[in-house]
Amino acid sequence: MVNWIWLGFIVVSVVVAAATGRMDAVTQAAFDGAKNGVTICFGLVSILVFWMGLMRIAEDAGLLARLARLLSPFVRLLFPDVPKGHPALGYIMSNMSANILGLGNAATPMGIKAMQELQKLNPDPATATPAMCTLLALNTSSITLVPTTLIAIRMNYGSANPAEIVGTTLAATAVATAAAILLDRWYRSRSKQPPMAPPAGGAASRPRRAARSPGRLGGRRELPPEA
Amino acid sequence: MHSFINLLSAWMIPAIIAFIPLYGAFRKVPVYETFTEGAKEGFGTAIGIIPHLVGMMVAISMFRASGALDYVTGAMEPMLRQLGVPGEVLPLSLLRPLTGAGSLAYTSDLIATYGPDSMIGRIASTIQGSTDTTLYVLTVYFGAIGIRRTRYALKVGLFSDLVGFLAAVFICLYVFG
Repeated sequence: MVNWIWLGFIVVSVVVAAATGRMDAVTQAAFDGAKNGVTICFGLVSILVFWMGLMRIAEDAGLLARLARLLSPFVRLLFPDVPKGHPALGYIMSNMSANILGLGNAATPMGIKAMQELQKLNPDPATATPAMCTLLALNTSSITLVPTTLIAIRMNYGSANPAEIVGTTLAATAVATAAAILLDRWYRSRSKQPPMAPPAGGAASRPRRAARSPGRLGGRRELPPEA
Repeated sequence: MHSFINLLSAWMIPAIIAFIPLYGAFRKVPVYETFTEGAKEGFGTAIGIIPHLVGMMVAISMFRASGALDYVTGAMEPMLRQLGVPGEVLPLSLLRPLTGAGSLAYTSDLIATYGPDSMIGRIASTIQGSTDTTLYVLTVYFGAIGIRRTRYALKVGLFSDLVGFLAAVFICLYVFG
């Protein structure tokens, strides 16, 4: 689907530009877009480097496992195919907490870490697993308690009550998230994928409980191959 | 309540930044070394996202500049107007899932034009705050781990954007109307 959307955007743009005589603007936009993409990624470098460093401490200290256990009934309901105590659950929890608290720049690194952990459970690294789709659904509909950016903008333009949209935003985001979860459930039940087999060297061989013992676990970190 | 939440968000990040290493030290984790070791991954991850994000941003940026986006919203307008959706916020329904910066700019513009306390200003604020940029989230998250077949993830994201958009409009009409 992404292939078609991408192709569609580009082809339709050029056709429309040809019809409206905006060819120059479209050419400019293509290169501006490319520049923007790189700029955003470079903006992500500092955030990812920082939070991934911090989260490694949390993981090695057993904090993530603790967090995963704390809310595990709820998370396990959403992610039934992730083995109990797997670090992915801890990252998923951190990602969701960061989203809810509106800590946008912490949410992305934790979500990416969660995806990387889920990738270790993935028998086919080029294809998304149901768990990845669920995590993505939770992030695209992002439950946020306080939309800080918008409150700031409303304040700037002299709103009498800048925060009056907090309630409506929360209600709308709850509806959107519920819709995402329901549709995700439906696709999951329809796809009837065989249960995930933990790949060799994956979750099964990683002694999570050992994180409680002092010190790091050497040599257990391998990134999934970039496809 | 609001000031409490504000206070909470101001304290949250520094509290987390201090708490995690402290907890790690308590667990006898060599905190600084562990930090640098984990941080190494961040650079590669960010760089790995570049091709995906550049591809997406080029397509979206062309789509907007060509005027195609305006045609699509124009075509949708009569349908949604019948449902009682103010026409001014319509472009947001398409902008929001595609571009975070673009929809934020459009929302700011609506707030500046109609005032933050107008119905349009309130609806636009609610739409902007209630969902995330689906295409960006998909590109970054799946790009970071090299997923090519995204299965039904995009459909779920776009569907929840639509539901969120309609919910934002009708909740605002109900609450502020």
